[in-house]
Amino acid sequence: MKKTLFDKVWDSHVVQSIQHGPDILYIDTHLIHEVTSPQAFNELEKRGIKIMRPDKIIATADHNTPTINQHLPIQDALSRRQLEQLADNCHKHGITLYELGHKYNGIVHVIAPELGITQPGTTLVCGDSHTSTHGAFGAIAFGIGTSQVAQVFASQCVLLAKPKSLRITINGNLHPGVLAKDVILYIISQLGTNAGTGYFCEFAGDVFKNMTMESRMTVCNMSIEMGARGGMIAPDETTYKYIEDRKFAPKGELYAEKVAYWKTLPTDKGALFDKEYYFDAAEIQPMLTYGTNPGMGIKINDTIPKKRDASFKKALKYMDFKAGECLLEKPINYVFIGSCTNSRIEDFRVAAQYIKGRQKASNVTAWLVPGSKQVEAQIHEEGLSRIFEDAGFQLRQPGCSACLAMNADKIPKNEYCVSTSNRNFEGRQGQGARTILASPLMAAATAIEGKIVDITKQLN
Amino acid sequence: MEKFTIVTSTAIPLDVENIDTDQIIPARFLKATNKEGFGENAFRDWRYDNFGNQNDQCILNQKIYTGSILIAGNNFGCGSSREHAAWALTGYGFKVIVSSFFADIFKGNALNNSLLPIEISPEFLKRIMELVKVKPTTQLRIDLENQTIAVVAESLQESFDIDLYKKACMIQGYDDIDFLLSKKKAIEQFEFSKI
Ligand code: SF4
Repeated sequence: MKKTLFDKVWDSHVVQSIQHGPDILYIDTHLIHEVTSPQAFNELEKRGIKIMRPDKIIATADHNTPTINQHLPIQDALSRRQLEQLADNCHKHGITLYELGHKYNGIVHVIAPELGITQPGTTLVCGDSHTSTHGAFGAIAFGIGTSQVAQVFASQCVLLAKPKSLRITINGNLHPGVLAKDVILYIISQLGTNAGTGYFCEFAGDVFKNMTMESRMTVCNMSIEMGARGGMIAPDETTYKYIEDRKFAPKGELYAEKVAYWKTLPTDKGALFDKEYYFDAAEIQPMLTYGTNPGMGIKINDTIPKKRDASFKKALKYMDFKAGECLLEKPINYVFIGSCTNSRIEDFRVAAQYIKGRQKASNVTAWLVPGSKQVEAQIHEEGLSRIFEDAGFQLRQPGCSACLAMNADKIPKNEYCVSTSNRNFEGRQGQGARTILASPLMAAATAIEGKIVDITKQLN
Repeated sequence: MEKFTIVTSTAIPLDVENIDTDQIIPARFLKATNKEGFGENAFRDWRYDNFGNQNDQCILNQKIYTGSILIAGNNFGCGSSREHAAWALTGYGFKVIVSSFFADIFKGNALNNSLLPIEISPEFLKRIMELVKVKPTTQLRIDLENQTIAVVAESLQESFDIDLYKKACMIQGYDDIDFLLSKKKAIEQFEFSKI
């Protein structure tokens, strides 16, 4: 039988299928963080169950950490307690923890790939919906709730019915200034936020083949925003090269063996998907969102559509936009470049290249938050930090930061923020804050101009 | 886990689509390390303004609407995987959420907390949403065994789907950890032979 990439990885991890019920799926890698794990540890303790494979768990602190003065004790008592509890739990159970300040600390979905933990053909879970990021390597990676975190602790397995398969193919060449973020925002704007519900999605075609690993991660990261459980891209030379020599990557002969296996993973010719979509790369332009879900996106020069339904009207009211309006020239006071979608070195290089020799507009507060300590170090090594500082940007320390505004990094009420994160829900970046999702290039340009500008004009 | 069989109750009609988990429980309330206390902050930013004043427009604050059933618009629970959303809803007193569509992860989280997500047709959703809005004393009856949702006073009923394994778990108050531990041998054998 001809199999898809997803089939191959899924089928090789099924311990048992329950009749009229889910599969028992074996999990190779379990990532945890401070916010969704404490209740799972408590549950196990309450029942007197031991963690089955502590060696398959990696922990980091990211969601609730400050992005300045990380060397000082954390001010917020509840946040401090959450981090202490994570450290206690990891210590008690022998789990590797990259805590605040550690050279490998950072956002869970940034550190696992950069350490070579994320590998093709494996299953990976984390109590965070953007676990889909790791699918960029040809892994089955998906977010789970806290009860499931406890299940994986107890049994190294999750119970899940096999999702259906979906493929999105985009061929052709992207226009200059169109980044991976624009590609995924475009897809979601076309398909909506629940087109993928019940599916695992494979991204195929020239556009994804030509992407770097970091760009592929940006795409898979947001596959959850179209409702899909996860996204995947077939591993290829780009994937193998990225993994080689990383800290936890297989070495020597073992690496060669793994590569030979990884080569068997891509979808067989003629394999069938439950649903397929095709787009043309030439159609894609830099994107912006105007509403309160990631599907409410338009091309930079387009106008906000005119719709009548109640949820559309509610979203525009929250954003204080009008149907038929164009977003160009809108004054913007906040810019955030960060989050597991766009906080890798490539994103800061793109931003720096634009910013170099220019000055941030005086009305703008611009936060740059690297995804990890390693990315932060690289920003300094490559001299990007100088460019940012000279231009008036604030380079902060790694963490989730204003992506979910759990720490002190909040956007004030009624302010717009052009953000490279992944969700523009009401209040996501602070109570009453209005989020406009965009690429790091668009975000950098907004910070320089103090308003939304047509980046394509500047590039031509 | 609590056992779930039949629920008969009035309902709260929250006629909003795409209710995401950030609305159900805003991120700033995720700092707790146990499962208690999330109920008071459910839909916090809809129920209260920035200064902590109650918003009387919000249906959840209107005393005429009560009950352990929440009727919500299409695509309920999208967004984050935070199980705190399910804890907030059960903490608030809900046992059942009715919508025409649920996000995957939320659905799983709800089922793992004895909170029954019932997916019904858009037409039926509209009918009961209107009925309850107009007549807040309308009683709904959820029968998990027979997989039906009915308006008690009228001959109005629809059946719903549920994964049979999950149905058995809910009815018996049995959870996935119990089940997975019973499979420990098979899991260890799998590890030994494959990994
Ligand atoms: S950066 Fe945002 S989306 Fe990513 S893991 Fe952190 S909170 Fe979640």
